[in-house]
Amino acid sequence: MDDKEKKSLQESKDETNLPSPDLARRHFLKKLGLAGATGVAAGSGVSYAATQASGSSFMDAMGDFFQDHYTRMDDEEMQDALDRIKRKAKRKFGVDISCEDIKPMPDTYFGYALNLSKCRGYRECVAGCVKENNQGRDSQVQYIRVLEMNEGDHNLEHSNHYFDQDFVPTEGKWYLPVQCQQCDNAPCVKACPVEATWKDDDGIVVIDYSWCIGCRMCMAACPYWARHFNWTEPQIPVEELNPVTNYIGNRPRPKGVVEKCHFCTQRTRKGRQPACMEACPTGARVFGNLLDPNSEIRYILENKTVYRLKEELGTEPKFWYFTDEARART
Amino acid sequence: MTFFGFIKEGLKAGFSGGILFWVWMLFLLFLIAVTGWNYTAQITEGMVITGMSDQVSWGFYIANFAFFVGIAAAAVLLVVPAYIFHRKDVKAVVLIGEGLAVAAVVVAMGFVAVDIGRIDRAWHVIPFLGKFNFPSSMLAWDIVVLNGYLFLNLLIPMYILWNHYNGREPDIRKYFALVVLAMFWAISIHTVTAFLFSSNISRPFWHTAILAPRFIASAFVAGPALMIIVLQVLRKFTDYPIKQSIIDMLALIMAISMQISLYFVGAELFTDFYNETEHAASMHYLFLGLDGFDNLKIWIWSAVVLNVTALILLMFHKTRKNMFTLNIACVLGFIGIWIEKGMGLVVTGFIPTPLGEIFEYSPTLKELGVSVGIYAMGCLVFTILAKAAIAIEMGQTGVYKKSQAVENVL
Repeated sequence: MDDKEKKSLQESKDETNLPSPDLARRHFLKKLGLAGATGVAAGSGVSYAATQASGSSFMDAMGDFFQDHYTRMDDEEMQDALDRIKRKAKRKFGVDISCEDIKPMPDTYFGYALNLSKCRGYRECVAGCVKENNQGRDSQVQYIRVLEMNEGDHNLEHSNHYFDQDFVPTEGKWYLPVQCQQCDNAPCVKACPVEATWKDDDGIVVIDYSWCIGCRMCMAACPYWARHFNWTEPQIPVEELNPVTNYIGNRPRPKGVVEKCHFCTQRTRKGRQPACMEACPTGARVFGNLLDPNSEIRYILENKTVYRLKEELGTEPKFWYFTDEARART
Repeated sequence: MTFFGFIKEGLKAGFSGGILFWVWMLFLLFLIAVTGWNYTAQITEGMVITGMSDQVSWGFYIANFAFFVGIAAAAVLLVVPAYIFHRKDVKAVVLIGEGLAVAAVVVAMGFVAVDIGRIDRAWHVIPFLGKFNFPSSMLAWDIVVLNGYLFLNLLIPMYILWNHYNGREPDIRKYFALVVLAMFWAISIHTVTAFLFSSNISRPFWHTAILAPRFIASAFVAGPALMIIVLQVLRKFTDYPIKQSIIDMLALIMAISMQISLYFVGAELFTDFYNETEHAASMHYLFLGLDGFDNLKIWIWSAVVLNVTALILLMFHKTRKNMFTLNIACVLGFIGIWIEKGMGLVVTGFIPTPLGEIFEYSPTLKELGVSVGIYAMGCLVFTILAKAAIAIEMGQTGVYKKSQAVENVL
């Protein structure tokens, strides 16, 4: 018996001597599960029916049903959850994926800037994002939406969302990619009834896909149309599946939950660029740590004329737009 | 006279009746089966079977939810006259109104349940077990107030009926505080539901202070409309005494509420169209169409015609007093408010999207299939509660039944 198993056994013996409310809650949940077998069977029956089409075994469905909120899971529970995700991916896609729980890096607060002088509307960012983050192809879930705007016009209503990227850039147009702005004052975080979405320590607004109940209140609340719902089971061609995944990031998601851009936590929390920045051929995208005074993002914020979308709403986005035109100085 | 006996006899009364009653019940059960069939498809295939999209992410289900919370809130229009103004005629039907409120809350909750993407995770809203984002989330508030209202509207009538079952009058001092609480709570359920929409800074069409007042005003049209129809049905199928003065009162409330409701609509139209800003795009889409898209235009203008016609019939003494024209006004008003508040409000808020895209919505057949049984569940709940309450009130159960049996022997 290894240390982890010893610890677990000790804990189950110590049930009357619980040190924290979280532990109490978890043990209570477990007891509830054992005691309320019929009610459970009904719930997991629904869960099973819902997951049947997506390759989950009954035991895993039970585990999914009882899974606690991300912020309350201990290491053992998280490992169980990760293992379930890996097994599900194997059943569904026949692919062995890795799934970690990557925490935010210390002293990090991410920001993103986009150079409108350089964006040509190629939509390479969209394609790169979809591949990196295992989004549903048939259902066309796309975290980034590139708008074709008219020169001299900032009115989003005059934009074209469905321009053909094979013919860009078009004369008299400019291009505005929009994705989750990771707002400091996010309306979606406030709106969620179960706290399935929250602002993490590195500034990224994350979603626990295993906790979301799919009420879509957050989608109504978001002023940037950044959040997307899995109206059906995400269809990912097996050969395009990205097997390197993160729990609070690009791991394969189930239907019935909301998802959005998370600044590629599986990459950025390991010091890499997000997929959209890497994919962009023009160098329009600049991602970095706002707390690092020597970062490129800080340079842009201090030296370029930056603005944010819908600034008047008070959402405090962490996504800035700028141009290469010289800054006006008195 | 045990509590168990009370429940048993109540249910027995609720489930007994002639051939017409059973045809009605079977019809309702059929509709519920239709819902079961279509909802199973929704669970297995996903909500893609509905007409909703990322652009219009709430549709028919939430439209009905908002509408029926309003119906539930309108029960207060019987409670206040009965308990504050001591109208004896209204007191006789307060229980019916509260039964209607229970049925309406059940329907509202039913529509929320079918709109949830992962209903198996519904336990996540339970405090302590789950993670309840109260008081930040308006949806969390709605869960609290709707369940509270359901509880109040079951507790108070049950207390009254329990006493009547035992042949005694309930002590008003014991539950008057709860009745007053229920009055304020009725307003709160519909205010919170309005805040669900008006709290969203992302949706200029909803983000207006007048939304909650509009909800209340329109609920006080649709609620009485339904109550007037239902009371006549009860008059026809039961011997329960329902005074005409009750209907007169409800019709008058309806007339005034319709005036206020249309006044609010007028105020909204002026605000958006006098100096039209980008924020008026949704209103423009709704009433005039936008960029060639105008699916909702016919709906909203029909609602206007229905509501104005209903108002004219209600405004004039002769047509308000005449049951035939009053019934027409009720039907027109009910449908008109449903269109304006349900589809006209919920769907329009999403068009255009925050990024300026116009993507239209209409419910699919399967979506409607999921919905019919929820309406039926409301009818079922109300039928049973009304029959049980009427049986107890008319002394056909409990103490009175026993004494009747004794009399028969003698």
